[in-house]
Amino acid sequence: MDLRAGEALSELRVTPARHLPHRYAGASGDFNPIHIDPEFARSVGLPGNILHGLYGMALMARAATAAAGGDPRSLRRLGVQFRGVGVPEQEITVSGSVREVDAEGTRAVLDLVAEQAGTPIVRGGEAELVLEAP
Amino acid sequence: MAPYDAPPERSYPAFVYEVGSEKVREYARAIGEEAPVHHEREAARAAGFRDLVAPPMFCVVYAIGALAPAVADPELGIDYAHMVHGGQEFDWEEPVCAGDTVTTTASVVDVYEKGGMGFFVFASVSTNQDGAQTVRGVWTNIVRRH
Repeated sequence: MDLRAGEALSELRVTPARHLPHRYAGASGDFNPIHIDPEFARSVGLPGNILHGLYGMALMARAATAAAGGDPRSLRRLGVQFRGVGVPEQEITVSGSVREVDAEGTRAVLDLVAEQAGTPIVRGGEAELVLEAP
Repeated sequence: MAPYDAPPERSYPAFVYEVGSEKVREYARAIGEEAPVHHEREAARAAGFRDLVAPPMFCVVYAIGALAPAVADPELGIDYAHMVHGGQEFDWEEPVCAGDTVTTTASVVDVYEKGGMGFFVFASVSTNQDGAQTVRGVWTNIVRRH
């Protein structure tokens, strides 16, 4: 893939379905009730059951892999911070840009953020990609 | 002495996970990852993988079992009810495919207090059945103090 420093990445837009947190809980094995039980979630001060942070990170990993052309071996590192609270049934936008590309065009670093309604839910995303030699 | 001053040199039993093809597909569907290499064996093999390849973030599925006893370690005294996942970092090497057996070990790398909150930083290392490293993780959990 031909990535250039400063270039914006294609946005990834996903609207998680109402029961996506339940589905992700089953797929991942994380059944923390804040993700699947709206009543419990409200009892601890949340607006309702919330998305798993690692689900948001997985969307970021998808966006980074797509930027490299789609080969899952391209993604070598991803670091994130979880802030804010993601909720189902509201569109998530993962956006980012290319911070740097090495002289050979074989490694790139991306900056990424995942937002809902303009508020970051996963931020400080930093991805390292290995690119096929152009 | 506050529990957060506990020495960080602690490690936990290895966790062994056998990667099944339906679990790879289920996880890929949950995160909306539709690339054929995660769903169709022939597509994965044509792309050079041994079998269906797991999306990179599938590492949370096979590694989390090693972290659970660390988070629950009474010596660390983490107040689980007030714990949030603050940050996460993964470094990937060998891809994980259906049929692999992945072994993960976790350790405590840092415990500190900042801004009235407790920070607990864990590291994990995962290797496959051939001894190849698949992923290293750094897991930061934050506990609000009262």
